[in-house]
Amino acid sequence: MESLPASFIGMGLAAAGLAGSGIGLGFMFGKAIEAFARQPGAEAQLSKYVWIGAAFVEAIALYGLVLAFIIMGKG
Amino acid sequence: MTLLLTTVAVHAESAKAVAAAAPRMDPLHHFQVVNYIKISPFGLDLSISNSVIWMWISVAAVFFFFWYAFRRPELVPGRLQSVAEAGYLFIRGIVDENIGSGGKPYFPMVFTLFFFVLFCNWTGLIPGSFTATSQLIVTATLALGIFFLSIFLGFYKHGLKFLGFFVPSGLPVLLLPLMVPIEIISFLARPVSLSVRLFANMTAGHTVLGVLFFFAATLPWVGSWLPFGFSVVFTAVEIFIGFIQAYIFTILTCVYINDSLHLHH
Repeated sequence: MESLPASFIGMGLAAAGLAGSGIGLGFMFGKAIEAFARQPGAEAQLSKYVWIGAAFVEAIALYGLVLAFIIMGKG
Repeated sequence: MTLLLTTVAVHAESAKAVAAAAPRMDPLHHFQVVNYIKISPFGLDLSISNSVIWMWISVAAVFFFFWYAFRRPELVPGRLQSVAEAGYLFIRGIVDENIGSGGKPYFPMVFTLFFFVLFCNWTGLIPGSFTATSQLIVTATLALGIFFLSIFLGFYKHGLKFLGFFVPSGLPVLLLPLMVPIEIISFLARPVSLSVRLFANMTAGHTVLGVLFFFAATLPWVGSWLPFGFSVVFTAVEIFIGFIQAYIFTILTCVYINDSLHLHH
């Protein structure tokens, strides 16, 4: 296979890693809303950790994006 | 047959000409570092680039913000002074929460780090500006500085006992050959994840903004209001992400310093 099409396929595969981050974000916010519904008083305390966790999970997806950029530079 | 081939060739030529005339989408264009003044003594690249200039601008912005907010400090703070005081208390809360006892000496460093990263993230949102934190070398320098500081602190406070950091307590001895390399690798991955997280967030956000602006500028008016409106929303999201990433960067710095100060393994 030529290198340019292969690099496009590789970029797509690297970006497919975003799916995992999506699952993680949905799971986390779902659980957070569940927790807020059960314990509304704890919302202010918990929401801080939710945002920190969201940034961590999002970062995982962006590693995949960085990989895609690296492949784009090589292709 | 020859005629057919020539027509195909002509078609390809005209298609190429159309493609060259159309505006090209290049969302990575604004990450290019341009050297304004070339300085390279002893093979070191110390050139004044747009990255350097925007770092200076963000440092100057932080400096003048706090200088202006505290130019006439009052007991009952005015609007700007209370914003500056809120920033101060915010960082003090992070330091107290994550380092605890003995965290006071590191407060100035953490404070500087937070506001440097925050203002680098935020000045990058000004159209035509440059995001210094979207360069891996900038974030890697910050992260490696923190990494080596934490190693130095660990050996300075605990001597060779700091090596016990890599040995998890309460494990059977049989598992140690497996766990110690894992601990060492996860320790070495700290500066990588710290720098790549900030760099990737800034790069990705600005790339998305670039794509949206491209669509808003080139689509006919029927379609362009949608990416335009979305780019407004996404700019707000980027302001939020810039804050969150600076916050995470500082929190992790505090956690790493705390790990070196108080060995709790």
